[in-house]
Amino acid sequence: MEPDIDTRNTTAAFDSVESAVDDPSATVVELDGITREYGAETAVDDLSLSVNDGELLTLLGPSGCGKTTTLRMVAGLERPSGGSIQIEERAVADGSTFRKPEERNVGIVFQDYALFPHLNVAENIAFGLRDADSHEADERVTELLELVDLTDHREKMPSKLSGGQQQRVALARSLAPEPDVLLLDEPFSNLDVRLRVEMREEVRKILKRAGVTAISVTHDQEEALSISDRVAIMNDGTIEQVGDPAEVFENPESRFVASFLGQASFLSARVAGDDIETGMGTFRTGRLNGPVEAYNGATVDVLVRPDDLRAIPTAESTADGYVTQRQYNGPSFVYRVKLHSGDVVHCLHNHSESFEPGEPVEIDLTADHPLAWYPTE
Amino acid sequence: MATGDRDRVVEQTQGATTERSASRVLSGVAVAITLLVLSPLAWLVLRAGEMDAARAIELLTSQTTIEVTANTIVLVGSVTLLSAFVGVPLAILTVQTDLPFRRFWTVTSALPLVVPSYIGAFAFVSAFGPQGHLSDLLAPLGVDQIPAIYGLPGATLVLTLFTYPYIFLTTRAALLSFDGTIVEAARSLNHTRWEAFKRVTLPQILPGIAGGGLLVALYTLGDFGTPSIMKYDVFTRMIFNEFGARRIDYAAVLSWLLLAMAVVILAIESRIEAGRDGAYVSRGARRPGEIKLGVWKLPATLFCGAVATLGLALPIAILLQWLVRGGVGYSGAGRPFELGFAWNSLTVAAAAAAVSVVVALPLAYLAARGDSRISSLPDRLSYVGYAVPGVVLGLALVFLSLKYVPFVYNTVFLLVFAYVVRFMPQAVGTTKSSLLQVDPSYVEAARSLGYPPLTAFRKVVLPLVAPGIAAGGALVFLTTMKELPATLMLRPLGFETFVTYIWRVQESGYYGQAAVPALVLVAVSGLSMLVILGREQQNGA
Repeated sequence: MEPDIDTRNTTAAFDSVESAVDDPSATVVELDGITREYGAETAVDDLSLSVNDGELLTLLGPSGCGKTTTLRMVAGLERPSGGSIQIEERAVADGSTFRKPEERNVGIVFQDYALFPHLNVAENIAFGLRDADSHEADERVTELLELVDLTDHREKMPSKLSGGQQQRVALARSLAPEPDVLLLDEPFSNLDVRLRVEMREEVRKILKRAGVTAISVTHDQEEALSISDRVAIMNDGTIEQVGDPAEVFENPESRFVASFLGQASFLSARVAGDDIETGMGTFRTGRLNGPVEAYNGATVDVLVRPDDLRAIPTAESTADGYVTQRQYNGPSFVYRVKLHSGDVVHCLHNHSESFEPGEPVEIDLTADHPLAWYPTE
Repeated sequence: MATGDRDRVVEQTQGATTERSASRVLSGVAVAITLLVLSPLAWLVLRAGEMDAARAIELLTSQTTIEVTANTIVLVGSVTLLSAFVGVPLAILTVQTDLPFRRFWTVTSALPLVVPSYIGAFAFVSAFGPQGHLSDLLAPLGVDQIPAIYGLPGATLVLTLFTYPYIFLTTRAALLSFDGTIVEAARSLNHTRWEAFKRVTLPQILPGIAGGGLLVALYTLGDFGTPSIMKYDVFTRMIFNEFGARRIDYAAVLSWLLLAMAVVILAIESRIEAGRDGAYVSRGARRPGEIKLGVWKLPATLFCGAVATLGLALPIAILLQWLVRGGVGYSGAGRPFELGFAWNSLTVAAAAAAVSVVVALPLAYLAARGDSRISSLPDRLSYVGYAVPGVVLGLALVFLSLKYVPFVYNTVFLLVFAYVVRFMPQAVGTTKSSLLQVDPSYVEAARSLGYPPLTAFRKVVLPLVAPGIAAGGALVFLTTMKELPATLMLRPLGFETFVTYIWRVQESGYYGQAAVPALVLVAVSGLSMLVILGREQQNGA
């Protein structure tokens, strides 16, 4: 994964989407104001996004947010109602043109892989090598089988392969014609949990080795954050935020992004000069990730995740609140704490620190990074 | 996962305008086919328009009409009821109990379906009729009278024996798809095995029983051969006779009544279908525990054996006996069987199969992938195939062709057209079900790899649905070989097939000569059953 690149300088709250986009000269895919309507329903709403050469960008969002529709519009499997799409600086969809999927040079890895059941592994991979003679196709297949580490399975039928192997064949098949961009639709959702983590690394490695530009779609935040160069968080047909995974995670630009990533809680805080007063004590405004002067005297909501807080058992008189629920995750506990102020927060503790529900606790803010905040709605 | 997105996408995937126009062409083709298939029904309507109202009412309310209607209802009712009493116990015994040799009884219980009912009727008449084998056999023992085989009892017996497997098979399917954990849940809630069966199993398999029952009812209603051989006056027999006597008005009136009854049965069927939500859906891997038969093991086995003997062993034994036994009444007079008849049967059946498969493909594609109202046409169309009995179709086509396209009358083209109308729905069904199993993303994958839509269809979809198409063709071929009434009414002069030959020797009583063609037809039916079972196995895997 990319190192944490100077997230502290990125301004929070009201940044526009475009400003997060990198150098446009290396753009491979450019979506400009695309919209997709189904009757009265708008699935994708005026969405703009650039994908750079060689990067892996993930569209992340809850079901129904329009991410799959966006991907299918890039593929040409769906026609935008408005806006334009460019691939390698060539318009593939706008008001006047619409290039069919077979004319776009995009590769797709389908959610269920869609391996042709009547063809073996090598035939599947060679399927898109239309112009190559049989010798060239053979060589390319060999090359790709090496890339995805399936050299021994060349002659097998897809049904004889495990889920992870099928996925790698699907990857090899879509990479074979050297697409300008590779699209991955929920690529790991059909794998069991253990294999999923393994395949994430594997797929990222293969994509990087192939040097292909890729757009993937998922609703799994852990997957998106761990494999992507950049993530775009989608909600309700639009992109809420695009950026480096760590940056997006630590500085969510909107309440939606904040609440979608991690087990977020919002702590209501009153700004009083250089101090902010909360249900778990008073902090300096310096703990927040941006200038808050404009809100002096007003309340803001501070984003706190379980790993930012610690609960300390204490006497009833000094407690900030009490434990209402204990969630055991194996290596760790997450405690739900109801503050006297009415807020509810979550604290992460290792498995040896066991408190009982009802126990009065004091909450410590242990986060060593600036906290994101939002004007109270 | 964005399931919502995907579903919507599947419905809405209409890429470029070229594809839209392609789907419009497809819809146009489907509509044209539908109209053509419905044209025989159009004749009946036309006929109604031409007829004088007073005359129509007179015919409808005549004594004969009322009698024939009553006869038909009684026959359909008794065959359906009796079939349920035979089919349901057999299904339960073979699926849920510790009956000995269950696999064997499963096969013997399904097999009577392969005996075309008119051949069964023919065999039973030859055995149990006034001068039949049985009376010959029993005469020395002093038994000079055996119960009459003709009329309602004979028709009911024969039709039940050769159609109860419909109920057996649908009930069996319902029992097999039934999740055993539900029974376990009922038993954990303090129900005895019998209570659990009544309160949990029975309601779940009831739609299966009803579905099979309606197949039996439709078959009985449309069957011409059995009631004719048994000399029992029902709609089909009357229509055929009126047609022979050139009393077309009356034949048409009876045809309306027959169709009206078929529509009623189909309406009941679709209501049961609609109420079926919730049944059939559970696909638990667990079987309910076996029911121990205990002392009932012997009676249960005897029951299975009796049904197998009557429905399978006996008719086949009789046919084989015809084959080996000669003498008066068995061979001799009449025209001997010629190889040319077999050739005729094969060629018309092959032509019907080929046409059906080609015509079925666009309809099936539309039904499997379509998103418009037109896409439900093939399903409605299939009702025509089931609901219009062969006699009605034959009658309609004779007069329709004479009136509008006289040059096809008395040609094999008309015959093949009739077969296509009746049996094409089978090809649509198998083709559609195999198309439904092809993931739409295969085509999308092929297109993203650079293939235009038609090429993608040819390279990816066609190889995958080829077995379904072939099975559909085989079914049409095999059912065409057995078709009786339309063949009798529409064949060109002097054109003899297996079926017409059997009919002729049946009428003249030369049983022995029917042996070979009858056995061939039984074998042919057996093959079509294998095709269906093979498909089920494939789909189940």
